Amino acid sequence: MTESASPPALVQIIRDQRNRQRRSLYRCCIVFITLLIVGVITTLLVGQSMTAPTEAFRAILGEEIAGVSFTVRELRLPRAVLACLAGASFGLSGAAFQVLLRNPLASPDIIGISAGAGAAAVFTIVFWGATGLSVSIAAVVSALVVALLIYLLAWRDGVAGGRLILIGIGTAAMLQSVTAYSLSKAPAWRLEEALRWLTGTLNGATLAQAAPVALTLVFCAAILLSHSRALSALQMGDDTASAIGVPVARTRLLVVLSAVGAIAVATAVCGPIAFVAFLARPIASRVARMGGPLLLISALSGAVLVLLADFAGQHLLPARYPVGIMTGVLGAPYLLYLLVRMHRKGGIA
Amino acid sequence: MTSAQGALNQQQPSAKQRTRLNGGVALPLLMVLLVLAVMLSLLFGARDVSWADVVGGVSGSNETLGQAVVQMRLPRTVLAALAGAALGLSGAVMQGLTRNPLADPGILGVNAGAAMAVVVAVAWFNLQSMTGFLWAASAGAALAATFVYAVGSLGRGGATPLKLALAGAATSVALASLTLAIILPRGDIAGGIQLWQIGGVGGATFEAIRPMLPFLCAGLLLALVSAKGLNMLALGDEVATMLGARVARLRVIAALGAVLLAAAATAICGPIGFVGLVVPHACRLIVGVDHRLLLPLSALSGAVLLLCADVLGRLLARPAELEAGVVTAFLGAPVFIAIVRRKRIREL
Repeated sequence: MTESASPPALVQIIRDQRNRQRRSLYRCCIVFITLLIVGVITTLLVGQSMTAPTEAFRAILGEEIAGVSFTVRELRLPRAVLACLAGASFGLSGAAFQVLLRNPLASPDIIGISAGAGAAAVFTIVFWGATGLSVSIAAVVSALVVALLIYLLAWRDGVAGGRLILIGIGTAAMLQSVTAYSLSKAPAWRLEEALRWLTGTLNGATLAQAAPVALTLVFCAAILLSHSRALSALQMGDDTASAIGVPVARTRLLVVLSAVGAIAVATAVCGPIAFVAFLARPIASRVARMGGPLLLISALSGAVLVLLADFAGQHLLPARYPVGIMTGVLGAPYLLYLLVRMHRKGGIA
Repeated sequence: MTSAQGALNQQQPSAKQRTRLNGGVALPLLMVLLVLAVMLSLLFGARDVSWADVVGGVSGSNETLGQAVVQMRLPRTVLAALAGAALGLSGAVMQGLTRNPLADPGILGVNAGAAMAVVVAVAWFNLQSMTGFLWAASAGAALAATFVYAVGSLGRGGATPLKLALAGAATSVALASLTLAIILPRGDIAGGIQLWQIGGVGGATFEAIRPMLPFLCAGLLLALVSAKGLNMLALGDEVATMLGARVARLRVIAALGAVLLAAAATAICGPIGFVGLVVPHACRLIVGVDHRLLLPLSALSGAVLLLCADVLGRLLARPAELEAGVVTAFLGAPVFIAIVRRKRIREL
């Protein structure tokens, strides 16, 4: 039918399709934002003791209410804020990598970039006594170096997806042994602190920690979202993209830099929360039922994922589990499912 | 069929000649290297000791400080040699069995399975004995290996390296998360298990090594028995069947041997990665692909590698020490990457 349609009719068809896609995108955004708001409110109100909504609201505005102000302002609010910010950073960065490398398995947590950030963070903390900003800088630098190294090592007449992923897995194994070793040499060795670097947790979150994550997220999200169109052109292949006027090399460099920056700073604060970067975009694209970069929705779905997984780990199970364990247990079966499904279709690389 | 056999017969003499020449040199050479590595392991550490002390310490006296040090280093040296041999052999069998250059107990999630099973045994069944650990680790390793191989070989093309590695990585992360989830509410056992999870041979005692021996012997026997069969499997399942191999039974025997070896090493030392990956590749460069030579050589080289990694760890971080598992990761990961780079992506 479409082939025989006259030009004006064709324009109408394309317009309809675009409108439908846009509507689906908006609907999807609304779904995730609603979930996010519900999640934040639940995190603020529910804990060892329940808090009335009005009291929690007044406490956030600065009023001193015995038994409420501390819990809400110092414990639950930072936790909710950091969950959203870190989740969004992971989701955004994961989606950017998956789109750029055209492979759902090429997310930074599988190809070793998160492991690089985490290893640098824990190494500088344990051996050089670094804190705050310098930890973030070390994490970003190391994640960039690891990303560059993996890319260069995978380069042989172009980068093949399968090779990049395998090299990433090997690098991640090496970096994880650095993390394990640093933890074993930490002077005041606590399991709680170790867990941050082994699986990722939001325990002990403060608003001061959230500030650098927020700044980086805003900066990197601005760059990535403004390149969303170029990214969707790159999805069709480098040649096609440059043919329709996308500066391929520059786009790629900017996207990699900002994606690595976002995930490294978030990892330096919460640790490598397992599989969020990997899961965010598949979830987003399933809800939106469409392809494309889906950067914004992936960021939202990452935030929702971390928020809900953290809530479940804190309150829905007999013992308290850090968020990374929850997402790890959730994400691994999905990875296996994805592998099985891809095999059916034949070939990954 | 006759033509296929004829072709094989024609090729065999030259292949045999080459391997025999190399094997005759390589086996004694590696034994010498093993003796050297054992001596290094006894000599060096936080405190270097003299030859006289080594001789005295090994023969049982601990009158001087040096002799006492040697006596303390003796169990860890024995453990490093045994575990290294087990891991090297296990890796060689796994690579032959899966016809896959990236097969390794660490990468295929076998170590994570063994670790998880040991943690479950300690946390839920209050298991304390070393023999209990070994049984638990073997069961966990076998389950994980079967699962990863099943997932990795689904679909078109069978078990390609990429599929196996990804299935192994995903399974490892899932198992590690579950393991942490079990440890976390149990402050009483967390410390010991965390240290064990890095993987090293420090703190070994002969009492801990002894229960491992039956497992090692059984694994060694099964692996060596299947050497000839692995050679046939290398030609593909159809050809192996044609040559009279019972493929299914062969696979089970070889896999059982590999899993027992990896599990025994993991139960005592914790997960040590990459030994099983690197060693068979290095050995194949020396003696070629005949498993009857490759397997013993891999065992010897594995022992040498882990001993050297342990010594290196002690020397690099003096007066503290770097766990052998960390050293092997740093030695092994570059080799892993080199193998991935060398293979054309279509083969992966």
